[in-house]
Amino acid sequence: MMAGKVKWVTDIEKSVLINNFEKRGWVQVTESEDWNFYWMSVQTIRNVFSVETGYRLSDDQIVNHFPNHYELTRKDLMVKNIKRYRKELEKEGSPLAEKDENGKYLYLDFVPVTYMLPADYNLFVEEFRKSPSSTWIMKPCGKAQGKGIFLINKLSQIKKWSRDSKTSSFVSQSTKEAYVISLYISNPLLIGGRKFDLRLYVLVSTYRPLRCYMYKLGFCRFCTVKYTPSTSELDNMFVHLTNVAIQKHGEDYNHIHGGKWTVSNLRLYLESTRGKEVTGKLFDEIHWIIVQSLKAVAPVMNNDKHCFECYGYDIIIDDKLKPWLIEVNASPSLTSSTANDRILKYNLINDTLNIAVPNGEIPDCKWNKSPPKEVLGNYEVLYDEELAQGDGAERELRSRSGQSLGPRGIRSRDSGRSFLTTWK
Amino acid sequence: MWQEESDLSLSIAQIVQKLKGSSLYAQLERQAWASLQRTDIKLESLKEDIKRFFKTSGWEKKLQNAVYSELSVFPLPSHPAVPPEHLKEPLVYMRKAQGSWEKRILKSLNSMCTELSIPLARKRPVGDQKELLNKWNEMGTDEPDLSHFRPVYAPKDFLEVLINLRNPNYENGDSPSFRTHLGLIQIPLKVKDIPELKELFVELGLTTGQLGIDDSTQVPPELFENEHVRIGQKVLAEQDSAAAQQYVRQGSPTALRAELWALILNISSQPEDILYYEQLKTNVIQHDLLVDSLIYKDVKLTASNDDYYFVFEDYLYQVLLCFSRDTSVLGHFAYNSASPPRSYIRGKLGIEEYAVFYPPNGVIPFHGFSMYVAPLCFLYNEPSKLYQIFREMYVRFFFRLHSISSHPSGIVSLCLLFETLLQTYLPQLFYHLREIGAQPLRISFKWMVRAFSGYLATDQLLLLWDRILGYNSLEILAVLAAAVFAFRAVNLMEVTSLAAAEAVLADLSTLKVMPLLQIFLFATVT
Repeated sequence: MMAGKVKWVTDIEKSVLINNFEKRGWVQVTESEDWNFYWMSVQTIRNVFSVETGYRLSDDQIVNHFPNHYELTRKDLMVKNIKRYRKELEKEGSPLAEKDENGKYLYLDFVPVTYMLPADYNLFVEEFRKSPSSTWIMKPCGKAQGKGIFLINKLSQIKKWSRDSKTSSFVSQSTKEAYVISLYISNPLLIGGRKFDLRLYVLVSTYRPLRCYMYKLGFCRFCTVKYTPSTSELDNMFVHLTNVAIQKHGEDYNHIHGGKWTVSNLRLYLESTRGKEVTGKLFDEIHWIIVQSLKAVAPVMNNDKHCFECYGYDIIIDDKLKPWLIEVNASPSLTSSTANDRILKYNLINDTLNIAVPNGEIPDCKWNKSPPKEVLGNYEVLYDEELAQGDGAERELRSRSGQSLGPRGIRSRDSGRSFLTTWK
Repeated sequence: MWQEESDLSLSIAQIVQKLKGSSLYAQLERQAWASLQRTDIKLESLKEDIKRFFKTSGWEKKLQNAVYSELSVFPLPSHPAVPPEHLKEPLVYMRKAQGSWEKRILKSLNSMCTELSIPLARKRPVGDQKELLNKWNEMGTDEPDLSHFRPVYAPKDFLEVLINLRNPNYENGDSPSFRTHLGLIQIPLKVKDIPELKELFVELGLTTGQLGIDDSTQVPPELFENEHVRIGQKVLAEQDSAAAQQYVRQGSPTALRAELWALILNISSQPEDILYYEQLKTNVIQHDLLVDSLIYKDVKLTASNDDYYFVFEDYLYQVLLCFSRDTSVLGHFAYNSASPPRSYIRGKLGIEEYAVFYPPNGVIPFHGFSMYVAPLCFLYNEPSKLYQIFREMYVRFFFRLHSISSHPSGIVSLCLLFETLLQTYLPQLFYHLREIGAQPLRISFKWMVRAFSGYLATDQLLLLWDRILGYNSLEILAVLAAAVFAFRAVNLMEVTSLAAAEAVLADLSTLKVMPLLQIFLFATVT
């Protein structure tokens, strides 16, 4: 094997990427040449693995997406996979799938009630009528950055998705027009009276066995306008959506802090105002729902050994300190809105590359994908299926008092290890 | 200390008189009357039985906390004939200097007023009142035109005043000698040296467990943290102010801090406190003060741009606007060298009957004032509690950071302490910085005036403020400032200008406060 410099390609012109490649002394090439590392956009990955192009990657080539990542990153497919996963667990009698007296999953209810439109329109209407004062959020399946999202609280607002509507111009089942409609979290946890969501980065190096890492430096994105659940503000997207792309255009957007808080600030605030136990429980639950979402899609994922992926998880916490998974992004934004942001994203890519391309050398995708602890940087092991299974001890899913929720993760703080979870 | 019996009885008499006017007294009276119903209270031994009842029901503890609070805050006169000005400030030249500084501030405020043709205060039109009430929780979204307002003064203006402060009774000779103080402050006040500081801050020593050091990820919690938390919970269960104050010297666990600080400051949210806050809120709605614009401007310039505190912008308005109207704050001027500025009703200049304090609480905010409140928002999310805590912190500690006095926790002493520590224990660094025109105090002054708020990461700041409360002193601010310089000494020795020195010390957000303090006090060869 010729020892040479890693040859890289990208179709995303972002400095946080390019600077990282250059600092490793890697050589830029074009797509048509021999390359080792391709950081591609989601459009490109579609082409690379599509049947028509018949691309075959060789052992020394790595890409930054799994071929069918959309099983997790498309809103409708994510929900579909999680629902399927839950049913499977229920069928096999797993204690994870236990339900409460109202029929709600005790440990796996972390995605707000969601339906596909127009396919599930009638199911949705039935649910809507049960609580007619609820608000729902409509999201187009294929778009990102908050585009095309709106809120509704009346059936008339989504008339055109009704299948038997006479005015429906909707004929084809083209996935481009598909929407998901989810119950809107109307009681989000507010800080300083403001709504926020959590953005966490999760790196997956393999799905079977599942090995994933959580980036320690996630952040909270605050809305610039005060949150009000009043119906008159439904149209004001600055109140409701926390995407930075939308907030950036609000009048009060600040370019110094960008309306962002570190997760450690959130932790300090919650511990100070709510207590240490409930805060610890919240963060355990967040780790739990991320791992469950990955386990849900693992069986259907094409676990191509040439692939790794860094996801952007969007999570909302409600005022009872329950986290909800809103969506998973395959291409988290690499645009920087502030100086702090640029540093964060630069380090994120740096740590990701250290794990995905060991020693910065020409990769061999047959390697065991088990990086040594020292290269993790700001990542922590979130879940390692191999290690969890090799560990003979049976783990209880509930504490003696029957209170806790499944996650009995050892917090890295207490044991000094870099493992966040050890449940199977 | 208590040298004579008469000292003691004088102090007791004073405290009793103060507490007699408090709501605690009324509550105790009510409780005493109610206790007569109890079967264990007998007429023959009425006094003893009621005393016992107070002990077992926790009321004695509340009284104890109130007395302790008075002792911590109010300086007790050592002689019954001491004039009130001496309580404010014993040294005449300091009083005079503070007086002229106040005149300047007021003049600046009045001229801004005249320039902009805005009254110092006016009643709000009813329409505006309604609007403000609706927007009460989101005043941050308001965008009033503040371009013509400027802060009344900034810390660096205040520093110039302190630099020019002189004791007319002190003559240090014509020629500068090795005894001449090389720093900016030229006042002969007594400040502590490191051996004395080690005695004062004994709990920060190397052999005592600390939060901020011994709770880091590498240290197993069984060694210190778990036990410390357990003791903290016990202190809270006992509701003992003095014990809490002692406890937080080793740092407060994050989950217990809000309650511990409230206990130390003797704040309990009674219905009358909440009512009082609501009343202040009504005052804000009804009257518009010029200082309101100054507050808005300050928040917009400082807290809104801060990575940690921008989230709480709206709470800051809710606290500071009410604070300006709170006349109970006037009480602290009895022991503050400052005096509340006076203004006169329009057209009645000079006529005493028409004199009012302006603003009603007597405190004119300066650039960075809102940063005193901001860190507290991490602990208290209920506005009236947040308000009470801030007010108490102000009248116990923060006021000393911007008034001229000889008090050991006053800003003048802190500056002198900082410079003396640096000159004594880092003479080479001090001399070098002085030679390149970078007097260290010019850089560290703003840190101390703000009690490091906005300069340190919030978790570190809270650990620092734990110790301010624990030791009931601000001296730790000067020690930390010196410790920071010691920490960055190597880089500072290489700079050749004030600007470069500022750059080395521009970012303190990664500093860990407790190790710095410990090393400086206990691990440096002196």
